Parts: sequence; C-alpha cells; structure tokens
Amino acid sequence: MTDSIRGANLLTLDGLSREAIVEVLDTAESFVEVNQRAIKKVPALRGRVVASLFFEESTRTRLSFETAAKRLSADVLSLAVASSSVKKGESLRDTITTIDALGIDAVVMRHQSSGAAEQVSRYVPHVRVINAGDGLHQHPTQGLLDVFTVRQVLGERQGTSGAETGAELFVGLRVLIVGDVRHSRVARSDIAAYVALGATVRVAAPGTLLPEDVDSWPVEVAEDFDEALLWADVVGLLRLQHERGSGSFVPSLAEFTSTYGLTIERARTLRPGTLIMHPGPMNRGVEIDSRVADLPAAVIARQVANGVPIRMAVLYLTLAGSEGESGL
Amino acid sequence: MSTSDERQARQRGLTFLMKSQLLSSEDVTRALRRMAHEIVEHHHTLGDVSVIGLQRGGEPFARRLASMLGEMAGDEVPLGLLDVSFYRDDLSLNPVPNSAMTAIGHDLTGRQVVLFDDVLFTGRTIRAALNALMDWGRPRSVQLAVMVDRGHRELPIRPDYVGKNLPTALDEAIVATLEGVWIGTRVAP
Repeated sequence: MTDSIRGANLLTLDGLSREAIVEVLDTAESFVEVNQRAIKKVPALRGRVVASLFFEESTRTRLSFETAAKRLSADVLSLAVASSSVKKGESLRDTITTIDALGIDAVVMRHQSSGAAEQVSRYVPHVRVINAGDGLHQHPTQGLLDVFTVRQVLGERQGTSGAETGAELFVGLRVLIVGDVRHSRVARSDIAAYVALGATVRVAAPGTLLPEDVDSWPVEVAEDFDEALLWADVVGLLRLQHERGSGSFVPSLAEFTSTYGLTIERARTLRPGTLIMHPGPMNRGVEIDSRVADLPAAVIARQVANGVPIRMAVLYLTLAGSEGESGL
Repeated sequence: MSTSDERQARQRGLTFLMKSQLLSSEDVTRALRRMAHEIVEHHHTLGDVSVIGLQRGGEPFARRLASMLGEMAGDEVPLGLLDVSFYRDDLSLNPVPNSAMTAIGHDLTGRQVVLFDDVLFTGRTIRAALNALMDWGRPRSVQLAVMVDRGHRELPIRPDYVGKNLPTALDEAIVATLEGVWIGTRVAP
C-alpha cells in the first residue's frame, strides 16, 4: 500500500491507500477555490517543466492537464505525436530521451499500450511520470476525479464540505459500473478508487465485455442489470470502445443498448438521488440515451470541470519534494 | 497545551516538546487588545481596514482582532483568511499537503490590510502572503501583525504590530494560540 503520491509517480490507483486518495481529494478541494478566483493561477510550480505526450487522441484529458499545469505556473511542452518523429518510426525510448534532454520535471503520458507509462518511468527515473491512460490498464486521474465528483455532490447534499468528510461518504456506498468493462481503463481505475475508499462495487456487462479475470477483481458481477440499477447509489457508465474492437464483442449496438444501455425508461426507474456518471466522450444513443445525459441526476459536466483541480492536485503532489529549482 | 494545538503542530510536520508556557490566555487577550488600539491609533478611521488571517495559525487571532476592532469601530471590520501553500518557495523541501482554504469575500483594492500571523520567523511565509494578496486586488497598504516575533529573519520584513518579542534559538519552536504561548523544542516526527 502506498500512503501518499507525494514525490512519486502516478501510474496506477491499484495499491493506493485510502489516505493517499483522500490527500489528493483534499488538495484538489483547495484548487477548486483557486479555479473560482478572478486570477486562476498560483506560482506553486514556477520554473518546473511538464511535458505532455499523448500518443493517443484525447480532448478533455489533454486540455485539462495542460490547463492544470499552466494554472500552477509550470511550463508546458506539448508533443503533437501526429506531427512528430514518432511518425518516422522513432521508438518510445528515443522520444522520451530526446524530450528529457530538454530538461523536464514531469511527463504526462497517454499511450495505446498497457504499461507504457511504467516503462517510461524506468527510462527516466528522475522524471515524475503521470499516467494519463495506458491501453486497457489504468487512467488514474479519471478515477480520482470520479470519486472527487461523488464526494462533492453527496457532500453538498449533506451540507458538508469535502475536506471535512474525508472518506466517510464512501463507506457502504453502492456503485454500479456498466458497459465495456473489458476494454476500460477507466473502470479499472474507478474500481480501485471506490474500493480503497470503502464503497461496494458491482459491474454489469454482457459476458463478452467482462474481463476474463473478473473473478479476481474486488467486485461483484450483477446478474440482473435492472435490479442492479435499483440497488445503486452511483451508476458509472462506460463508453463502448469501438477503437478497441468492442463492436465485435456484441451482436449489434442496438442489442447492447436494449440490454445494457441506460435508456430513458431505465433512468426513470432509478431511485431519486442516484448519480449518473460518464467519463466521456459519450456515444449518445448507445450506452447512454441522449435525454439521460441531460437529466439533473447526470453529473457529467461536473466530472469534466473537476478534471482541472484534480490534475492540479496530482501535479502539485507528485512534483512536491522533487529537486527542481522553484526559482523564487 | 490542548490536544488541538498538538495536532496543529503535528500537521505542520513537527512534534512539539513543550518546555514552558511564556504567555497565558489572559496575556494573549491583553496583547491583542493593545494591538487593536495601536491599529486604531494608526488608522484614525477603521472604515477601510480589512483583517486577513494567515492559515492556519493566524486565523484565530485574526478573528478575535477583527471582532475587537469591530466593537471599537461600532461597525463590522471585514475578515479574510489566506492560505499561502501554493505561493511558498520551499515546495521541494517541505511540500505542504493542503486542506486550509483561502476565503476572502471582498475586493481588497483600496483597502488597508492588516495581515495577522501567529509567529514571525524567517519572513518567508509573509513574502508568500504578499504575493498571494496581490492576486486579490491592489490594497492601498498592507501592515503586518504577529502574536510572537521570534527573530531569525531571512528577508527584509518587519512587523508593524507585535504581541510579544521573544528572542529564540534556531532549534526552539514556538506555539502560539489564543490559549497561550509556549516555547519548546522541535522533534522530527
């Protein structure tokens, strides 16, 4: 168990303790306040260089990481892979060595291969590596911002602020994760975070979209999706990942939608107060009905908004205690 | 010393071994009242004065001072709280996990700000606080009030209102709260 990500890489949420996660959430709470100011910028990482390396396309993750780094006054080197030497066949190792030669303190990396971020952390041990999604493995900051959003929304209902509650709200919380669990790094990070904080997690998916080793996961498999929807306090939907060939795991999209999609009819059966979440980008009409995405119970826009403070907290904590010159 | 003070000391990364109490709770109240009078004397009118407490040690003092000034002025003196963690220059040495919040509910432009901290030591926190304040507007003036000035300044910063001057050794530690002021030694946790 790791009790803090201070001064460490963030490659996975597996093995992070409750304390480590709560520390990130509490730190993010302070950054929410910074993001509400007229001047949304603090000098905490002045003089540090953060490289953003996205080998796979992304809108929200990349933008929110770069926004987060800039609001902390770090300098951002952004590699556009499509127009870089990667296209000429440069290896991951050579790419990272080249960027490292420019002098960087942290690298935020997304890659289509599971384990790529960990591999890079071995190439450049003096650089903090933050995994922004690697293949089917993990997407740690998404997991963190999901639990942060849940804590924030449930805390508001109870009239408490997040930092006061720690992880209390999660004890016994019932979380249902639905859809393409097999191909989802978000599911893996979400489950690690929810379980570490004390929630009970069920997954619901057609058998073909469950991972083969699901028995060894700390989750229950829901037999009946409609019953599980009534059970849940939080319903976390996953995107059907066409780019990873998910389409061939279900007979047809329409069949997937009718059996495991959150249709408006199903959404109406949810208990009042149940939260609907989606990491985006959504396939409206596939895993989520367009009308469901716009219900008040859906906190999808808040998930996106919380991306910036969570990633500020992750950058701040992982770079804390590092050797870099603050220059102040 | 109460358990909450010990917890505070621990949160700041030090275990505090108490040697002796230097000021009682009454002494602290008297010092605050004197400082309030000095502030009134200096400002003539309190209409544009804002009290800003530095998180976390300065907060209780700032609250008490603001209410004393409010009574003297017959009108509320605005209070703000400032957390300077993200403005510090020692992130690489001593990263501060942060759960203290900045809460400044009014524009500081044109205000006469009185910053309050519990203990003035190297002056680095105050340097950070001055940078942080400037993100909240352009105060007409900023003055510094501290309950204890323990010396060892590393920057050209001096307090305008002091509760108590206490020359200390570098390895000593001071804990100042509304309940009193203690001197002790700092032990690595």
